[in-house]
Amino acid sequence: MNEMTKIETTLKDWETDQEVRWCPGCGDYAILKAVQRTLPQLGCDPSNTVFISGIGCSSRFPYYMETYGFHTIHGRAPAVATGVKLANPDLDIWLVTGDGDGLSIGGNHMMHVLRRNVNMQIMLFNNEIYGLTKGQASPTSREGTKSPSTPLGSYDHPARPCAFALGAGARFVARGFDVSKNLPDVLKAAHAHQGAAFIEIFQNCIVYNKDVFDDFAAPKGAGDRQLWLEQGQPMLFGDPKTGLDKGIALDTEALALKVVDVVDGDWQSAGVLVHDVTNRAVAHMLVEMPFGPFPMALGVLYDDPRPTFEEGVIEERGRSVAGKDVNLARLLAKGQTWTVEASEGHPVD
Amino acid sequence: MATLAAETPNNAAAAAPDAVVVRFAGDSGDGMQLTGGQFTLSTALAGNDLATFPDFPAEIRAPQGTLFGVSAFQINFGSREINTAGDAPDVLVAMNPAALKVNLPSLKPGGLVIIDTGEFTKRNLDKAKYDVSPLDDGSLAKWDVLAFDISALTIEAVKPFGLGNKDALRSKNMWTLGLALWMFDRPRGPIEDWLKAKFKTKPDIANANIAALNAGHAYGETAELSGPLKQLHMPPIHTAPGLYRTITGAEAISLGLVAGAQLAGLKMFFGGYPITPASAILHHLARLKEFGVTTFQAEDEIAAICAAIGASYAGQLGITSSSGPGIALKTEAMGLAIMTELPLVIVNSQRGGPSTGLPTKTEQSDLYQAVYGRNGDAPMPVVSCNSPGDAFECAIEACRIAVQYMTPVMLLTDGYIANAAEPWMVPDPDSFAPFPAKFLTEKNALNADGSETLLPYKRDAKGARPWIKPGTPGLMHRIGGIEKQVDTGHIDYAPDNHQAMTDARVNKVLDIAVPDQEVALGGTSGKLVVVGWGSTYGPIRRAVDNSRRKGLDVSHIHVRHIWPLPKNLGPLLRGFENVLVPEMNTGQFKTVLRDQFLVDATPLTKTSGQPFAITELEAAIGKYFDNIEGNEGGDVAVNETQLPSPEAEV
Ligand code: SF4
Repeated sequence: MNEMTKIETTLKDWETDQEVRWCPGCGDYAILKAVQRTLPQLGCDPSNTVFISGIGCSSRFPYYMETYGFHTIHGRAPAVATGVKLANPDLDIWLVTGDGDGLSIGGNHMMHVLRRNVNMQIMLFNNEIYGLTKGQASPTSREGTKSPSTPLGSYDHPARPCAFALGAGARFVARGFDVSKNLPDVLKAAHAHQGAAFIEIFQNCIVYNKDVFDDFAAPKGAGDRQLWLEQGQPMLFGDPKTGLDKGIALDTEALALKVVDVVDGDWQSAGVLVHDVTNRAVAHMLVEMPFGPFPMALGVLYDDPRPTFEEGVIEERGRSVAGKDVNLARLLAKGQTWTVEASEGHPVD
Repeated sequence: MATLAAETPNNAAAAAPDAVVVRFAGDSGDGMQLTGGQFTLSTALAGNDLATFPDFPAEIRAPQGTLFGVSAFQINFGSREINTAGDAPDVLVAMNPAALKVNLPSLKPGGLVIIDTGEFTKRNLDKAKYDVSPLDDGSLAKWDVLAFDISALTIEAVKPFGLGNKDALRSKNMWTLGLALWMFDRPRGPIEDWLKAKFKTKPDIANANIAALNAGHAYGETAELSGPLKQLHMPPIHTAPGLYRTITGAEAISLGLVAGAQLAGLKMFFGGYPITPASAILHHLARLKEFGVTTFQAEDEIAAICAAIGASYAGQLGITSSSGPGIALKTEAMGLAIMTELPLVIVNSQRGGPSTGLPTKTEQSDLYQAVYGRNGDAPMPVVSCNSPGDAFECAIEACRIAVQYMTPVMLLTDGYIANAAEPWMVPDPDSFAPFPAKFLTEKNALNADGSETLLPYKRDAKGARPWIKPGTPGLMHRIGGIEKQVDTGHIDYAPDNHQAMTDARVNKVLDIAVPDQEVALGGTSGKLVVVGWGSTYGPIRRAVDNSRRKGLDVSHIHVRHIWPLPKNLGPLLRGFENVLVPEMNTGQFKTVLRDQFLVDATPLTKTSGQPFAITELEAAIGKYFDNIEGNEGGDVAVNETQLPSPEAEV
């Protein structure tokens, strides 16, 4: 996000007078509150903030934010946001999308906004289902998902949003979930990142895919199932009450990650990796780390900025404008011209 | 043509024609488009009026020597007003057997064909599907033939530069151009300058090409003494005084968009995706960044328009451009721009056919798509340009409507206009009235309690909503594709509200102020009016002019504003007994006219990928005048007494 003058606001300043129309109990409410809580802490200015979304339950988000908002068309929010950012790079842009909007109909635009590295925060609400169209399987639905369009269970292989983002060239990849108390910290890290910051937020669709993330998101046993990554810290997890007694290490033979036991807190001798957000190779392993044998990797998985698209556009404009004549009349008369003189005896029209 | 290929020395002094059509044809690797382009420039510099028609294969490198690899460039020029690239060439330059085979049928009887015999090998004749060489079987007897080994002469001419035969033969087009320059008494200086600039870093190549150019020119002088070739000097046309240049439609649109953005006081954002024949506009604008232009080559057509919409939302003038199939992809986003009422210009360089169709050929078959082709009641203004020069003004007009009425506008052009060149009187940008965009900076309404509030969909006298840039302090609001509540812009699905908003969108577009329709040629009532739009302007104008000179009571109306139509167009059409609508489609504008005005518009359609020939239109016009003596439907004898004086027509 951009350099900006910080201003004082409260959560209330970020709420609109519009009635929120998500189903009661939907995970979207928690995400909305987390965002509305985070923006005042960052000193953001509602006048300078734009929420841009596609189509789907999550894409109603802008209507509830007292900022500028653009609810666009299905899948195309990244393209609209790219135009907004190029026209005014000073705006602070948040993109809101879902698993269907961002990875199915809009997968192409998602790929390109990430590879171009347009400076914005991209929140992909992953509920592994099409909610607004009443519950069809989505590109992130797990194999075997029974839905109106897959009555015997889906058999296509799900996409992994963070792996997709990293593969597309994203320089910031993070994960969180709707009710997590750590979500504001993830949002802050994304906001601090200069460039396209991709955040996958697991979101509970209470109606069509209820509690599908409970396997790792449920409070009970969360310590064993969640690996919260922190820059410079060892990748440890476990029940906080009994001590973090497991860690993630590199199996150098297989070039893969493995879970190791940590005895008496001695993670060094267990070979536990220290999280380096700029290590792209390890990031690739973390986004692919299967839940079950491994905990769910959460927090900032990767963060290594490089020049943004709009910087490139501005830089190129500077080069192409330098020393150029900016006169429309002369531009029109450019190239080889000739003059017709007024001749006598011929009418001039 | 008689004066070029004189039948006898005596009639060499016969009256010179006031216009000549020349077609250069060769293999797509022979550089015929370059030859044509440079010949066009020299024609313009000589002060002739002109029109061109480049006709090249869709394949980038079609197999050499084949019939489908033939590339041609036709130019019609003269000392009178030129409206089309001409029906049939007077002179055909055929660089190989395939080029001869494809183009010979259109050569005027008695016309001159110049042939490079060096390419008439067995192999090339086979590829062109000639069993016997046409040079040997007498099949060229209808024409004057100048056949000689241009290839060998070129190799000879560039020998001093030590090029291999293959490289040497690349200068063949310049040799041919040299001959053409001699034929029409043109100076070689500008072409030499151009070659030197083009091959700045390769002086040897520049010099070889100049040597070939000179050799071709010298050959003309020699051939004049012994053969059928005669030099023709075409005097300049007497036209309005001023500064002129040649311009293609793609250039004119690019410049018009730049001018339009300046008149609106806006920066321009252009989102594009490569597609034939629209890419030329992206290429031109990419080089005009100093005029506040941002060009964005998007990942697809949809992203190109969506980014342009995003830029308009953020306060720039969003523009996107494509051709038929790409426009189809953008359709949903046009609906978004209509719903969110943001300015946007969509340039559609129409090409032939549905789906991929005929990418390099021309057609006017996107009119339905432009006027009707969206889901829901989604009205959108449509402006169409009729020639390369006209495209400049039309681009400005599209920008004006977009900005003043907060609406997307489609600008229709076509492959023919995009690539064709014509002389253009350089306009003074100050002669166009500015239409500065206004942005809302403060709340624009009062609540019942007297406090200030923002109504993002409150309409002005034109029916336009305010343009509010994100970043403006205190004017935060949400827009989107869901139906909006009147004034507030909140989501609202209520029946009365949707009725009111549909009406508001429709009426806003219908009430756009467009200039009254003028008659291009002829009277405002009478026996027949030929109604055209777009690039048929040239052939219709010429055909109506020719018919009027024969005394036929026919007028020409050419419509720029396709939607909304000029308010006076209906009454104007009803003043004529017959309405004939020639179109390069299956009759789309005819349908719109019938629907809007209940007039008995008769279609005259053509979808061959080629522009109308003047003779085709004259024949169609002639059929309405059966009561004229000697008219058997199509071929009308000139009635000298009814001839209007040409001066009166200017
Ligand atoms: S359908 Fe699911 S995702 Fe949509 S609002 Fe309801 S609970 Fe939330």
